[in-house]
Amino acid sequence: MISQKEISNKEVIEEVYSHIEENKHLNAFITLNKEPSLKKSEELDNNPSDLPLAGIPIAQKDLFCTKDLRTTCGSRILNNFIPPYSATVIENLENAGCISIGKTNMDEFAMGSSNETSFFGNVENPWGENLVPGGSSGGSAAAVSAGIVPAASATDTGGSIRQPASLCGITGLKPTYGRISRWGMIAFASSLDQAGPMARTAEDCALLLNQMCSHDEKDTTSLNDDIPNFEENLNQPLKNKKIGIVKDLDLSSLDNEVVKVYQDSLKEFEALGANLIDISLPNLSLSVPTYYVVAPAECSSNLSRFDGVKFGRRSEDPKDLEELYIKSRSEGFGDEVKRRILIGSYVLSAGYYDAYYKKAQQVRRLIKNDFDKAFSNIDVIMTPTTRGPAFEMGSKGSDPIQMYLEDLFTISANLAGLPAISIPNGNVDNKPTGIQIIGNFLDESSILNFAHMFQTSTNWHMYTPEGVKE
Amino acid sequence: MSWETVIGLEIHVQLSTKSKLFSGGSTEFGAESNTHVDLVDMGLPGVLPVANKEAFYKAIRFGLATGAEINQESSFDRKNYFYPDLPKGYQITQMTKPIVEKGSIKIATDEYERVINITRAHLEEDAGKSIHDLFEGKTGVDLNRAGTPLLEIVSEPEISNAKEAVSYFKAIRQLVTFLDICDGNMAQGSMRCDVNVSVRKSGDKELGTRAELKNINSFKFIEKAINYEIDRQIRVIESGESVVQETRLYDSEKNETRSMRSKEEANDYRYFPCPDLLPVVISDKELKDIKDNLPELPEEKEKRYITEIGLEESEAKIISSSKTMANMFEEASSKTDDAKLVAKWLVGDISALLNKDNIDIDESNLTPENFGKLIERISDNTISGKIAKSVLEEVWESGSDVDEIIESKGLVQIQDESLLEEIAKKVVDSNPDQVASYKAGKDKLFGFFVGQVMKETQGKANPKSINEILKNLLN
Repeated sequence: MISQKEISNKEVIEEVYSHIEENKHLNAFITLNKEPSLKKSEELDNNPSDLPLAGIPIAQKDLFCTKDLRTTCGSRILNNFIPPYSATVIENLENAGCISIGKTNMDEFAMGSSNETSFFGNVENPWGENLVPGGSSGGSAAAVSAGIVPAASATDTGGSIRQPASLCGITGLKPTYGRISRWGMIAFASSLDQAGPMARTAEDCALLLNQMCSHDEKDTTSLNDDIPNFEENLNQPLKNKKIGIVKDLDLSSLDNEVVKVYQDSLKEFEALGANLIDISLPNLSLSVPTYYVVAPAECSSNLSRFDGVKFGRRSEDPKDLEELYIKSRSEGFGDEVKRRILIGSYVLSAGYYDAYYKKAQQVRRLIKNDFDKAFSNIDVIMTPTTRGPAFEMGSKGSDPIQMYLEDLFTISANLAGLPAISIPNGNVDNKPTGIQIIGNFLDESSILNFAHMFQTSTNWHMYTPEGVKE
Repeated sequence: MSWETVIGLEIHVQLSTKSKLFSGGSTEFGAESNTHVDLVDMGLPGVLPVANKEAFYKAIRFGLATGAEINQESSFDRKNYFYPDLPKGYQITQMTKPIVEKGSIKIATDEYERVINITRAHLEEDAGKSIHDLFEGKTGVDLNRAGTPLLEIVSEPEISNAKEAVSYFKAIRQLVTFLDICDGNMAQGSMRCDVNVSVRKSGDKELGTRAELKNINSFKFIEKAINYEIDRQIRVIESGESVVQETRLYDSEKNETRSMRSKEEANDYRYFPCPDLLPVVISDKELKDIKDNLPELPEEKEKRYITEIGLEESEAKIISSSKTMANMFEEASSKTDDAKLVAKWLVGDISALLNKDNIDIDESNLTPENFGKLIERISDNTISGKIAKSVLEEVWESGSDVDEIIESKGLVQIQDESLLEEIAKKVVDSNPDQVASYKAGKDKLFGFFVGQVMKETQGKANPKSINEILKNLLN
């Protein structure tokens, strides 16, 4: 779809910007990159390029550093930060011909599941006024869902690609940890963070993933394994392939409608020839508490560099160094970020480290072992992506635990470093739902194959919110 | 009451790698502020560290030279604290799995030798520098040093006095310079030292409460700071109070230590494994390569100089004690056949000149080539030892070529025997009284005749020839 167009590159980009203007109320973008994008599209019109993604407009999550283009990470403390360099994944996409049309809104430092923690305001879900788009990649998801751009970059630490993809009715892929370089991604939780694509379809995600992956010497956790052509396996028949269904998963807290949609999807996969196999992930229920020790611990350290000394926002006239730190950080960070820094500092502090951080790392290993064992006998694992469709803004604001449970189904893939995708699989109250497909280590090809086959036999991914032009 | 002192040293050795521990930034000293700083050193959002293998190789050399265990898989941790010259808000260090553990080193004080055990040596990044006195009411930050690789060498708490501590520091310095892993330059901060000091009643098993003295960077101050601190702690205990566990700063101007912060005020560093760095694995082959290419160490050199070259023990000791001396000796020796003569000059006249100028030999104008040439000219009789001294002085001043000095000043020894005989005859003839005394048995006067001939020839006569000629004439 991306590759078919009969208008000039410049017209495409101009249309993107008029779309953005029409959808201003969504608040999907923090910073636009209009002049350079129009210039690049003009150059492409004058000198047609055979790059794989030549002229494709892409929205970049505002967590990736973009050279000479403001990068805020959704935070007041980086309100005026203009990086002197670009993230590897941004360079990869631009080198493949993509045009970075702007930086998308997000939960502050990617901490949130509703995009309500952004310093730059809520993002509205194109599926309904007052509905959250999910988070943290809410701006990217809304921009794709509203048809503003065909593709967006995003990041996923505990579900930040898959959950908003699900809530906005689009496809979002979190690759294996280490597939895409983290160089230039502003770190939230380094051992969990992973960039990935958002698009309408799994096929588009495969196209994008082909360009986003690279082994990067600047990131020692970036994998040095062969990168397959992710389009190659898309059309493999699913006959006799095995889908693991987690029998330990408690679906009782889910909306009946959501469960029904999920079960209908499983039937669809069976109709495509796949077999459902019960698997056990006994430590899965520990995912959320484990995550909320590991991620805050890492974030408390990663965010120490935002101290008002070298870059970012500094408070006015501090009377001494202590006050410079305290005021700059108190004014610069929002409540959710502060909460996680506090949790993280606590679990790492002397006397508590063993009981929390060390224990959490041990549990993380157990969860990983559970997955390893399960994958010896199956091709993919399926779960609902979220507990329900998009919820109202402010509805979970007062209880952070309710918000943390949004990531119930997505977090384990981050803890285990596994690839996972969310694809639209139905509608509940005219709001989209998603199904999550988790793959084995490095096996993005299988989850893309399952997702693509589902999308060739269903139309849920083509449903768009009212008023969206195709 | 008699007291016993227990001292442990933490020595920070700046490794002489070209680039920093986690970035491509240059480690060169003395550049304009904030010019040797790349994205990683600044701790910009989104940057990631990549470990510099060269720093590991250098750390391993130290480990092998001290008979230590090498952890072929070692890992990095973050030490979290806020300070303006710490760009990331944490320092990357090796807390749980250091590259080197359980080594030892021999030290020698004036009176005795002993072995000091080394608990561990780990890699970590240096911080930048805060500049407090340059801007009115403000503090500047220079990040040139940020990220420079340090090897922190931690001794067991088993050093018993200030003199031993200094000997230990000197032994470490000698070793790291011989291993070519650090330039040993203390004035530029290439080696810095924190000292843990405690006292206890003689015979007590338990350690006393310790104070940590921060960042002392000269031999003299280590000794003074420790001695001050020992006295202070004894005074505190004898007055019925107890020593507080704290960090103290040594003030070299007032020769005293002052409290910086107590244990209660100390940071909780919230150490945890650095998630940006995978454990660094050193292969068997890498380890073997480092082992095979380990340079010769002072003790081995000393032994070889005595047994293979035939130097006096005292000469061998002096020459092998510093890397620059040993280098000069070995390079100059390779230019001449007479290594013993090289050694004689090195510990004699050259050491005297070095002491006079208070410099290291590699700071002098003397090159190994020129020095070798000088020895060669002595042994091939082109010049006499006496003339050689003046040539050396000239070289010391100007650095000019030995042969050029000899030629331009006409210092070549007179080889013409008949000419020498003529001069000797003249000397004998014009001193009849002395000849008479000599013949009457005053043998010592022989030296007078030699001196006169030397004077006539302006020192250019070969002393051996003069001796023979004069003996013939006088006997």
